[in-house]
Amino acid sequence: MTTVETLNVPVTTPPVKVEGKLYTNRYLVDAGHPHIKVKPHNKPSSALLSLIHTCPAGCYSLNDKGHVEIAVDGCLECGTCRVVCAPTGEIEWSYPRGGFGVLFKFG
Amino acid sequence: MSEKFDVIVVGAGPSGNAAAYTMAKAGLNVLQLERGEYPGSKNVQGAILYSDALEKVIPDFRDDAPLERHIIEQRMWMLDETSYVGMNYRSEDFNEEKPNRYTIIRAQFDKWFSHRVREAGAIVLCETTVTDLIRNSQGKVIGVRTDRIDGNLMADVVVLGEGVNGLVGQTAGLRPELKPNQAALAVKEMHFLPQEVVESRFNLKGNEGVVIEAMGTVSAGVSGLGFIYTNKESLSIGIGSLVSDFARTGATPYGMLDAFKNHPSVRPLLAGSEVKEYSAHLIPEGGYRAIPEVYGDGWVIVGDAGQFVNSVHREGSNMAMTTGLLAGQVITRLHKRREEFSKANLAAYKQALDESYVMKDLKKYKDIPGFIHKNSQTLLGIYPRLMGQAAQNWFRVDGTDKRTKEKEILASFRKGRSLTGLIGDAFKFARAWR
Repeated sequence: MTTVETLNVPVTTPPVKVEGKLYTNRYLVDAGHPHIKVKPHNKPSSALLSLIHTCPAGCYSLNDKGHVEIAVDGCLECGTCRVVCAPTGEIEWSYPRGGFGVLFKFG
Repeated sequence: MSEKFDVIVVGAGPSGNAAAYTMAKAGLNVLQLERGEYPGSKNVQGAILYSDALEKVIPDFRDDAPLERHIIEQRMWMLDETSYVGMNYRSEDFNEEKPNRYTIIRAQFDKWFSHRVREAGAIVLCETTVTDLIRNSQGKVIGVRTDRIDGNLMADVVVLGEGVNGLVGQTAGLRPELKPNQAALAVKEMHFLPQEVVESRFNLKGNEGVVIEAMGTVSAGVSGLGFIYTNKESLSIGIGSLVSDFARTGATPYGMLDAFKNHPSVRPLLAGSEVKEYSAHLIPEGGYRAIPEVYGDGWVIVGDAGQFVNSVHREGSNMAMTTGLLAGQVITRLHKRREEFSKANLAAYKQALDESYVMKDLKKYKDIPGFIHKNSQTLLGIYPRLMGQAAQNWFRVDGTDKRTKEKEILASFRKGRSLTGLIGDAFKFARAWR
């Protein structure tokens, strides 16, 4: 359970899993060519850490060494991580190669 | 491909398609590049189509465009955790021969638009990602680099309709990266229901449709701007907030979406639906002050890449098509007169923008994005809650006399947002709106 506190109304909300949502999507994964990379780091900045909850596909996670990792397979190509980490330069962001990545059926 | 084109259009969304169509129709040799498997496969929108903007590009679009429902009713909701205060506008006048707004499904709509672009004579190359611009020794843009083998493609002028992420323009140094407080992140799901269920739940007949725009707190501490659009046999439901607000508050986009779906006023509308897609997209919200240089030697920028979004009225796809049309017209004119695609000559595009509703509206609201960014918690959190409390106090019959109820409502506003806060907000808002 996560606790959110704003406007002095502390309430608990159950955590939502994103995997079930991504399952409905269509992807053409470009195996071996991730289009986003987290640069090697000792200690992630608060911007990089925030991607663990801000990424709408839940691509970012913290490993047991305290480093932020990315698995791009579920990426929705929104660009949020690039915008958040532009000032810190901790990630490399490019488009997937032509034809690869998420393929929206409805958009 | 060693052939040189009159013009290369990067991107097959509404702005790129409007530009490519306009120029191909006028006889220019147009190459359009799209990184998706098919046009629309990378594109996400609510989505509402604004007829006027498309009519100016393709007057007879209603004959065969994949339109879902024409909108006859607009509902505006201010939400707190358990309630909403709303305003509805529904009119039979919207059941007209040429409706003003439609709901659409972008992947289908973009495919149709692209088909029309090809019919007009343009070459559309999909699965091709443009990686950079090519310039001559004077710095003029003369083509693009792509991720194809021998992927350099040359043209007299390049139209960048590459969308909100617009990596090509950024890589080439034409414009800066978006700032987290100048972009909203929205997530959306497609919920399928039988057609008759959509119609009975929303009080619709035939192709009539409803739009719900919601703002406020969907569950404890989670505030955003949500929407529900009725399609023929599905609902598009989504919610978003500024990227900077997500980064700061620790809310997850999918958690916010589920909170919105589970709001007691929303849940019954979705009951029994089958979810077939989950998507996410950035919306440029910086407005007038965030618009970059939109033309230069051998290039112009159209659509979201140029931050052409009116966040107050939730308009963007219309501006995308209008900017694409205007750029297409200016380039066609220069081409026919055999004039250079120099910065000086392409300034006619900016002039056309300034004379259109695009720049007039964005200029009118130039201070709104800053106002919303500074006051997002008050606007999305406090006011909808105060309105809800006031409405409940007013409508609940409990033996309290009405004068006391009035005093209680006034006191709750003063307590929630102090008298100076209330007056200050009203003053600042009026100044930004003017």
